[in-house]
Amino acid sequence: QLSSFRFTVKRLFSASRSSVDSEEMRKFQLLAHKWWDEEGEFSALHSMNDIRVPFIRDSLLNMSSDYHLGNPLAGVKILDVGCGGGLLSEPLGRLGASVTGIDPLEDNIRTADQHKSFDPVLAKRIQYKSSSLEEIVEESMETFDVIVASEVVEHVADLETFIKCCSQVLKPEGSLFITTVNKTQLSYVLAIVVAEKIMGLIPEGTHEWEKFVPPEELERLLKANGFSVKAVNGMLYNPLSGSWSWMESTSVNYAVHAVKSGAQGQSSPADPLSEMEGEQPSATSTAL
Amino acid sequence: TSAAMAAVCCRGFLSPLCGRLRAGPRAPLRSAAGTAAPPPLYDVVVSGGGMVGSAMAAVLGHDIHFHDKKIALLEAGPRKEYDRVPDSYSNRVSSISPGSATLLSSFGAWDHVCSLRYKPFRRMQVWDACSEAMIVFEKDDLDDMGYIVENDVIMSALTKQLDAVADRVEVFYGSRAVGYTWPLPSHTCDTSPWVQIELADGRRLQTKLLIGADGHNSVVRKEAEIKNIEHRYDQSAVVATLHLSEATDNNVAWQRFLPTGPIALLPLSDTASSLVWSTSHEHAAELLSMDEESFVDRINSAFWSNVNHSDFIDTAGAMFRSAISFLKPSGTAVRQLPPSVAKVDPGSRATFPLGMGHATEYVQHRVALIGDAAHRVHPLAGQGVNLGFGDIACLAHHLSAAAFNGSDLGSLKHLLKFETERQRHNVSLIAAIDVLKRLYSTRLAPVVLLRTWGLQATNALPPVKVRI
Repeated sequence: QLSSFRFTVKRLFSASRSSVDSEEMRKFQLLAHKWWDEEGEFSALHSMNDIRVPFIRDSLLNMSSDYHLGNPLAGVKILDVGCGGGLLSEPLGRLGASVTGIDPLEDNIRTADQHKSFDPVLAKRIQYKSSSLEEIVEESMETFDVIVASEVVEHVADLETFIKCCSQVLKPEGSLFITTVNKTQLSYVLAIVVAEKIMGLIPEGTHEWEKFVPPEELERLLKANGFSVKAVNGMLYNPLSGSWSWMESTSVNYAVHAVKSGAQGQSSPADPLSEMEGEQPSATSTAL
Repeated sequence: TSAAMAAVCCRGFLSPLCGRLRAGPRAPLRSAAGTAAPPPLYDVVVSGGGMVGSAMAAVLGHDIHFHDKKIALLEAGPRKEYDRVPDSYSNRVSSISPGSATLLSSFGAWDHVCSLRYKPFRRMQVWDACSEAMIVFEKDDLDDMGYIVENDVIMSALTKQLDAVADRVEVFYGSRAVGYTWPLPSHTCDTSPWVQIELADGRRLQTKLLIGADGHNSVVRKEAEIKNIEHRYDQSAVVATLHLSEATDNNVAWQRFLPTGPIALLPLSDTASSLVWSTSHEHAAELLSMDEESFVDRINSAFWSNVNHSDFIDTAGAMFRSAISFLKPSGTAVRQLPPSVAKVDPGSRATFPLGMGHATEYVQHRVALIGDAAHRVHPLAGQGVNLGFGDIACLAHHLSAAAFNGSDLGSLKHLLKFETERQRHNVSLIAAIDVLKRLYSTRLAPVVLLRTWGLQATNALPPVKVRI
């Protein structure tokens, strides 16, 4: 336990070397115990499960031929980066995956651990760790089949480092799923002005427009670090119904599925489309 | 009452999750380390092992997305199953709609029903005792309109299919739940998030979702403090197994609206039919106590006598009918004559009181009501168990999708979708049945005229009939 204390101290003082932003951590500290109130501050994240879980599940099932519909993600090792209170880890665990959830904030991990403890099946399938991505790289090289980083990359300090670390802990041909917010005028109006200030759908100050990531930028970084982008889909939140849906345009929210290239460092031969995409500077969104 | 029911069932669309504050007993504190192990945790517990409860458990047990889940069914009575049907018919039968038959065949129960005993019918003739008005239902393509099946046969088929998934569905016979403890919606540190169930023998269970299928006096509904709009009709239903005077094709279901209540003859075989006669409590007691010959006489006269006709109504009805046949030549069907009854099975006469009920909510956090626990109707439309099977199909669909999404099964989000869909379907039907019952409970000329014309018009208009 002394070592974990040292880790905590080290984390607080070495923000510049990691992708964790201490300002961001302070913001989430105050909300740590509110994760599991389905109608509270995190209600939009709860309802996002209705589209992001099927997205992850179906993308993985489409790439595999050996699965059982009663336990679709059995045998899949998933890393949930920035897992918060475990909102996404738990559904993935229920679908059979072995999930490791990491979050730099200890209070979040505590909430997540406590919530899963009542369900013996989940308690076994999910392990939470208070840690940043960089800190687990050494002990987890090429360990995971899947990484999910949902609503995280708009909060990290250094996106390229983050993606590099993802690549390191991911097995070859492993999948990376990212959901985040685009940096457009529309996203400023909807995600910050309307969502935070006017309707109070998420706590004020949750997002900073400067840190939003345009899909083109994300795709560029992914390709530069050995990933091939399989899908980019726009998402839209309807505040009246409290539900998410897919849409053509990525101007507000969007989701990305990328695959780490195989052991030889080349894209798999059955993938001529992505090679073509690489040659064109502007990425095209593919509808699901 | 029908309008009040509809109003109470609406809910605000902006905040669907709000307002379901739990008022019952609070969840127990988590026991300190070192005390007894927590009670076994199930994904779904169905309370009530009647036709609807057993079918619900069986449907979930056969669902592929529930392959690794644990389901429990609590039934206070003993196990009901037989390999061969007894020679005599049971006096409790149900009219199974084609939709319900489809549900039962989706998990293999209908095959068992077919191998035991059932009677398809092609036509339904419904007519008034106070006039000549009549309405006939039949499918154009000579398909079966429905099936008359003894309740025991259905239970036996369901038990067999529950056995087939015994590794997933655990059935507790002779077990009655005596207490439920509800969790807080967004639980805090030390309270269990699951529903706690205490059985009469002291055993305890925990579950992520409790489905109440425990009939119109539902304990689940009462303990969850869900308000129930209920109304006791001043009527009892008399049931019996009857033998016809002569063998016939017997593929028609007959129902005649007497002022005292509807009398129905449901085919069981070429020589036997089941009686369901809804009438006043006094008359029901009288029918039960009289000798068998008089009983049979009463039945025949109920179907054949025209004592309630009045010249005025007959003339008015005839006029309307000629008007219709002028406008729509095919709009009046041939009136068939019901079979006459020769004798009644000794010991098959029984009676039970009738009422109407509708729960204002079908769901709460981690609770759902199905079947008579949610809604109770008059048997005049033969819809009771079919509404329950419809509830099952809808709830199973939403739970299956929720399981495949990795959702918490007790979450209000998908439970509310089930409630909205079913209330939308059920409320209008339940109200219509209630209205029909009241409409046909009188001899008053204006009402009779109205309903005569209404029935004749409905008989002539295909779109309305198809909807029914």
